[in-house]
Amino acid sequence: MSNDIWVLAEHFKGQVTDITYEMAGKARQLAPALGGQTVGVFLGSDMATLAASIGADRVLYVDDPALAHFNPEAYGRVLQALIQEHNPRVVMIGSTSMGMDLAASLSVATGLPLLAYVNGLAVENGTLVAVSQIYGGKIQAEAVPDGEACIVSCLVGAFPADAGRVEAGQAAPPVETIPAPVPLDDLKVRFVKWIEPAGGDVDITQQAVLVSIGRGIGGAENIELAEELAAALGGAVSASRPVTDAGWLPKTRQVGKSGLTVKPKVYLALGISGAPEHLEGMRNSELIIAINTDPKAPIFDVAHYGATCDMLDLMPALTEAVRARQAA
Amino acid sequence: MMNIIVPIKQVPNLTDELEINDEGTDLAHDMLQYVLNEFDEHALEEAVLIKESVGGTVTVIGVDTTGELDGILHLALAKGADKAMKITGDFTPGTPSHVQAQLIADAIRDMAPDIVLTGVQAADDRDGQMGPMLAAHLNIPYVGVVTNVSISDGKAVVHKEYAGGVMAEFIVTLPMVVGVQAAHQPPRYAPVSKIRQIAKTVRIEEIAGAETAQAGSTVRRMFKPEAAGHAEMWDGTPDEIAERIADLLAAKGLLKRTA
Repeated sequence: MSNDIWVLAEHFKGQVTDITYEMAGKARQLAPALGGQTVGVFLGSDMATLAASIGADRVLYVDDPALAHFNPEAYGRVLQALIQEHNPRVVMIGSTSMGMDLAASLSVATGLPLLAYVNGLAVENGTLVAVSQIYGGKIQAEAVPDGEACIVSCLVGAFPADAGRVEAGQAAPPVETIPAPVPLDDLKVRFVKWIEPAGGDVDITQQAVLVSIGRGIGGAENIELAEELAAALGGAVSASRPVTDAGWLPKTRQVGKSGLTVKPKVYLALGISGAPEHLEGMRNSELIIAINTDPKAPIFDVAHYGATCDMLDLMPALTEAVRARQAA
Repeated sequence: MMNIIVPIKQVPNLTDELEINDEGTDLAHDMLQYVLNEFDEHALEEAVLIKESVGGTVTVIGVDTTGELDGILHLALAKGADKAMKITGDFTPGTPSHVQAQLIADAIRDMAPDIVLTGVQAADDRDGQMGPMLAAHLNIPYVGVVTNVSISDGKAVVHKEYAGGVMAEFIVTLPMVVGVQAAHQPPRYAPVSKIRQIAKTVRIEEIAGAETAQAGSTVRRMFKPEAAGHAEMWDGTPDEIAERIADLLAAKGLLKRTA
C-alpha cells in the first residue's frame, strides 16, 4: 500500500467542479502527515489541460472516449482497477450526484471501508479521522477506519476550494496520461443526452428577493399565498426539495444540492427546516429571515432573523404590511 | 412481467429530538420512533408506477432492525407493493448500511430481480448508501439520483439529476439497481383503514439473516453540531412578526413605493 491520498476529479460540461479543488486542498494539507502525496485522479476524454488545473503533487489522467461524460459503470470499473493496482491510503470522492454513484459500490467492490458525508478530516498520530454529517445534519459522527486504507466521500463546501487549485504563476502538476485499465466496450449503461431544465419559467438565481417555501406550506392550495407575497416584494417563489418532489412547484424553483444555488438580497425561508442539502444552496444569501414552527430547526443556525409562527398566518400578514409601506 | 424489488430502510423520525447515548458513540435509539426512509417512499412509488405501466410485481424487503418493521411493510403494501419480506435476526437500530446491503443482496439474489429500486440515500448512511452496495454485491449496474424510470425491451431509460436541475439520460440494460431521488409523481397516500386491513390479513414473509458484513469503521464520538451562529429570534403574533420583517426590508431599501 502507498500512503498517497487520491482525489477523484469531477468535471461537468467541460469544467472542473469546485468539489475537486476542495478535496485536493484538504488532501494537500493531510498528505505529509500520512507520508504520502496528493494524487489527482481524472477520468475523461481529451481533457489533459483540465486535469492539470488540480493542485496536486501529480495527476493520473485516464483518457478514453467512454469517460467523456460521467457514466457510473465506466467510472466504477476504471476506479476499481486503479485502486486495486495502486492501493492508495485514502480515496477522496465527492458526496455529489456523481460521487454518490461510486463511493459505496467501490467500498463493496474493493473491500475498503467508506466514511460518507464527511465534513471534517484530520490525521491524528498517523490515523485518519473523519467526521460524518448524518441524520439530516443534526448529528456529527467522528470515526476511524478499521484498518489503514479507506474511501471518504466529502460534502460539497466542507473545505476551501482555493487551496486545491493551481493558481496563476504556480507550476501545474505533472499529468500522467494512461489508457483505461479495463475494457469499456461492453458497458450496460449508456449515456444518451443532457436534459436541460425546462425554460420559460422564472430564473430564481437572478432574483433580489426570494420567498422560499418548504414542507410547512402544507399543500399546493397554499402556494398562492406565497405567490402574492413574492409579487408584493417584487421577487419570486422558490422552494426546498419536498415541495418540488410533491409536484407543488416545478423543479426550476428548487434551491439546494440537487437544485440551484441562490444568493438573493433577501431570502425568506418559510416552513423550511434547513436540511444540509438545502443550506448548501442558500447560505450565502445577503439577508436570511426564517419562519418555522420548530424553534430547533437548523435553518435558524444560518438565518439572521427568525420567528416561530405559522407561515400560513404570516404570509398574508406580511403581504399586507409590505403593501401598506409601499402605498405610504 | 417485471420482477421489481424495493429494498427499504427504517430511519429515526428526524422531527423528533435526537439524543446521544451515555457512551457518546451512538444515538439513544430506544428513545426514537422509526419511519420509512423518505427516499425509499419515492423508490416504492416509482416501482408501483413501473408496475402500472408495464406489468409486474413489486416486492418490498427490509432488515428488521427495530422489531417494528411490520408497520412500515404494511404501509408499503397499502401503497401498492404486492409482497413484503423482512430479514430477521439479532439486529439493532442503526445497523450499518454495509450489513443491511449484504443481507438484502443475499436474500434477493436468487429472486432474479429485473430492476431494484431503493432510496438514493438515508439519514443514517454513515458508512454509505445501500443502492450502490446492492449493485456491487449483485454485480449489476447502478445509477443513482434518479427522478424518472421508464422500461422498454429489457432496458431502462433513467434520468439522473445533477446540480442546477440538469439531468443526464442513460439507457441501461437490465437488470440494474436504481437509486431514486424522487418518483416522477408524488408518492401516493395510503388511507389508515387500508393499512389496518392489510395488517390484519397479509402475511409478511420472514427470512432469517446472520450478520456477515461490517461497517468497516468505528465511531469514536457522536455529537450535535455546534452552530457557528443563530438567528436573532423575534417573538410575537404573526401580524407583529410581519410588521418587523416589513420594517427591516424597508430600512434596507428593499421596498419600492408603488404610490
